[in-house]
Amino acid sequence: MSAPQITPTDSEVGAPEDSGPPQGPRAQRPRRDRDGSHARNYSPGFFVKLALMAVIDALGVYVVWSAWSAESYGILAAMLAMLVAANWVYFSKRALPLKYILPGLLFLLAYQIFVVAYTGYIAFTNYGTGHNTTKDQAVEALLVQNERRVEGSESAPLTVLVDGDELAFAIVTPDGDVEVGTAEQPLTVVDGAEVVGGRAAEVPGYDVLERGQVLERQEEVTNLRVPVSDDPEDGSIRTPDAMTGYVYTSTLEWDAASDTMTDTTTGTVYTPNDDGQFEAEDGSTLAVGWRVAVGFDNFVTAFSDGRYAQPFVKILAWTFVFAIGSVATTFLLGLFLAITFNDVRMRGRKIYRVLMILPYAIPGFLAALLWSGLLNTRFGFINEVIFGGAEIPWLTDPVLAKLSVLFVNLWLGFPYMFLICTGALQSLPSDVMEAAKIDGAGRWRTWRSVTLPLLLISTAPLLISSFAFNFNNFTLIYMLTGGGPRFADASVPLGHTDILISMVYQISGVDGSAPKNFGLASALSIVIFVIVGTISALAFRSTRKFEEIN
Amino acid sequence: MRRSILLAAALSTTLALTACSGGGSGDDETTSGSGDSTGSTGALTVWVDETRQAAVTDAAKAFEAENGTKVEVVLKNFDDIRADFLAQVPTGKGPDITVGAHDWLGEFTTNGVVAPLELGDKASEFEKVSIEAFTQDGQVYGLPYAIENIALIRNTALAPAAPATWDEAIAAGQAAGTKFPILVQSDGAKGDPYTHYPFQTSFGAPVFSQNADGSYSSELAMGGPEGQAFATWLGAQGAAGNLSQDTTYDIAVEAFKNGESPFIVGGPWMIESFEGLDLSIDPVPSAGGQPAQPFVGVQGFYLSNQSKNALVANDFLVNFLSTEEAQTALYKAGNRSPALTVSADKAAAEDPIIAGFRAVGADAVPMPSIPEMASVWSFWGVTEAAIVGGADPIPTWDKMIADIQAAIGS
Repeated sequence: MSAPQITPTDSEVGAPEDSGPPQGPRAQRPRRDRDGSHARNYSPGFFVKLALMAVIDALGVYVVWSAWSAESYGILAAMLAMLVAANWVYFSKRALPLKYILPGLLFLLAYQIFVVAYTGYIAFTNYGTGHNTTKDQAVEALLVQNERRVEGSESAPLTVLVDGDELAFAIVTPDGDVEVGTAEQPLTVVDGAEVVGGRAAEVPGYDVLERGQVLERQEEVTNLRVPVSDDPEDGSIRTPDAMTGYVYTSTLEWDAASDTMTDTTTGTVYTPNDDGQFEAEDGSTLAVGWRVAVGFDNFVTAFSDGRYAQPFVKILAWTFVFAIGSVATTFLLGLFLAITFNDVRMRGRKIYRVLMILPYAIPGFLAALLWSGLLNTRFGFINEVIFGGAEIPWLTDPVLAKLSVLFVNLWLGFPYMFLICTGALQSLPSDVMEAAKIDGAGRWRTWRSVTLPLLLISTAPLLISSFAFNFNNFTLIYMLTGGGPRFADASVPLGHTDILISMVYQISGVDGSAPKNFGLASALSIVIFVIVGTISALAFRSTRKFEEIN
Repeated sequence: MRRSILLAAALSTTLALTACSGGGSGDDETTSGSGDSTGSTGALTVWVDETRQAAVTDAAKAFEAENGTKVEVVLKNFDDIRADFLAQVPTGKGPDITVGAHDWLGEFTTNGVVAPLELGDKASEFEKVSIEAFTQDGQVYGLPYAIENIALIRNTALAPAAPATWDEAIAAGQAAGTKFPILVQSDGAKGDPYTHYPFQTSFGAPVFSQNADGSYSSELAMGGPEGQAFATWLGAQGAAGNLSQDTTYDIAVEAFKNGESPFIVGGPWMIESFEGLDLSIDPVPSAGGQPAQPFVGVQGFYLSNQSKNALVANDFLVNFLSTEEAQTALYKAGNRSPALTVSADKAAAEDPIIAGFRAVGADAVPMPSIPEMASVWSFWGVTEAAIVGGADPIPTWDKMIADIQAAIGS
């Protein structure tokens, strides 16, 4: 949407500068002097500019600083680039056009281009449930998840020791003996250790770590596994709190050198596969995977799942019906009302106009919720009061649900069309109307051949954007019907009023009804973006012929 | 004039950018505080929702006073916590501890964002079902603090005795002469399988089969003759008008409040709407002959797998949030039965409503937290609603089972 708009703006703004020189050197010189005064002449305006830029720079520097301390280097670099750009633009005398468009450009970058690019990036990964982290973290998670406390084993009071730099654990056995071990050396009984309060307080050959020192090295402490004996089957001591030791055995073993996971109980060896999971030879995988780039897999999946083939065609068709139908109905009703209330013979026009705009003032999602209550089959206002208790299944019958959706969107959307049509009608030149009248055109003829074409010049771009908006009108569908009623013949949770974007929401599991798949969701979003973008571009191109009328 | 507009625009741009990036780095700062501070005063970051904030802050103060470790309690919207935790833990900028519900566990472990806890002997001090709910594959992943489940809420003025079976409930409801014999909420075409679940279990058709230790296997158990019997019952009750997909939560609560039904199937969250009514909390009446077991939801605290302060976090969870004071304070804030048995006993002694829900919860089953459950929800309620609305029960139910199995397998 924004892309086609930006290019002409850019060239238009550039144009006056290009057409500057032909004015001749005499005209140019004084102008350049005045231009220079913005930066060099210390007028009050300059100081205002200086103050504002100082505030902006201060804020920018603050962001850069906090990005630095949070190690968010992406934000840091972006902010730095924006600051440099802003200072150059507003203190240079050569960047006049940019002074106008820079704020808009920055907004465009931050809120549109970045989002689209990031979505594009995610579309080529398998980011989602089970592929949420990096490989290192996945390995770590698998290892901790597959540790088991040895059944029936006692917990033991534990002390963290240090020998030089190497950490060791000392535990007190139920017999009162003190046993010490390190990562390499299994627990062995140590003589001459002092026990205070059931806990080893002093061990010869080792220093006892104070609480503060323990906390300084807490990652090492929680990761330390001290074998109980030479036999790995006996498990190892670990501590979650540096006070108590528990005996654990691991059922998974990670070999960093060969990049494999081994299940110690079955001997199965898992190796990393291309999908970012550990896979055994028989195809079974370990639960936790990591995020990898998967190329066009998501796009292939989107169109290859047989269960979605039939519903997809229906949903695509309904999406177009819904988007076009919404624009057509709201525009026609809005136009009709605008023409009616534009007639000077009508009394109380202002009051009517205010009333007409009211639905526009209610947030869309709220209105949709409200209407879903009003349309409730047994208890809804519509059925109970207007239809005298008839149980009309407004939202649960496939055809009625579609009509209800269109109707509610009409209710929500016509004030907007009413507003823009009123504005456009009032700006129509009256001389053309008079000319039509003099030429003997009737009312219908005037409307068909003069009013409507003139009106469309100013409203066509808005109709196109309204189409694009309704094509992705997720809020209404989600709040009003949730896509229902379901297709009785499909095997996927999609319904008769689902549009493409709500289908994406379901397939990708973002609604919680399936394992989340952000990669797939992004891929499908890009497909929708391409559809909407293409249609909008074509439509904008064809609206040029309206402009020729002018 | 023009220039000032321009500058104002530039200013607002930068302000907006600052605001958004500042917000991000603000978050980062709080956690980088914990990240950098591998020192002796390593600060803990804890995510809580509004209801729990005060209680956790109190426990944090006690912890700070005793250990000198700073605890930063960050207020989050409960609905955002699940997604944010999943997204932020892998970046290393997530919290050390977060509040959460037990049914998030499957997704959390699959994504490797939570670390197991060792409760040691403390585990036995909690209600059994609360520990069971946070257990996966023999490891406990959360410190529970509250248990919630639905039960039959009875307006004693309209029905003097608790019904044992669905038919008794309907008969008592009709005898009361109210508009609805019993209220079981639904949600239009989406249905409400959570509220209907006790009736399903009373036919012996649990959603997944349970292993010996109470955890769920991924084997769907609600098909077969038991499930079909439940489906047939749903169809019959829908036709009789006892169940309706149009009775949404709001409608059901409003009707019960106005004395339009002696019974409503609901949870402790409804109670504050029923002020002034004399209530009794009873077991959900059985429809299929077996005990009607509702789902139990347990809330607790998760420990991040990427926490750089695992020792301190463990200490805080096991020794400060599992104390009687902390659990009772959490109960007072959220009004759900505490997970710590001592606190639960006291709460139940003070409040018969809590005691009632707790008694029902004792026989209930934890809501499955396995990842396969996500695929069940999307078909389950819709199918139930369709059957209540008049669809042919058995084929519709069987198709749902096949669809769920296909979704799980895909």
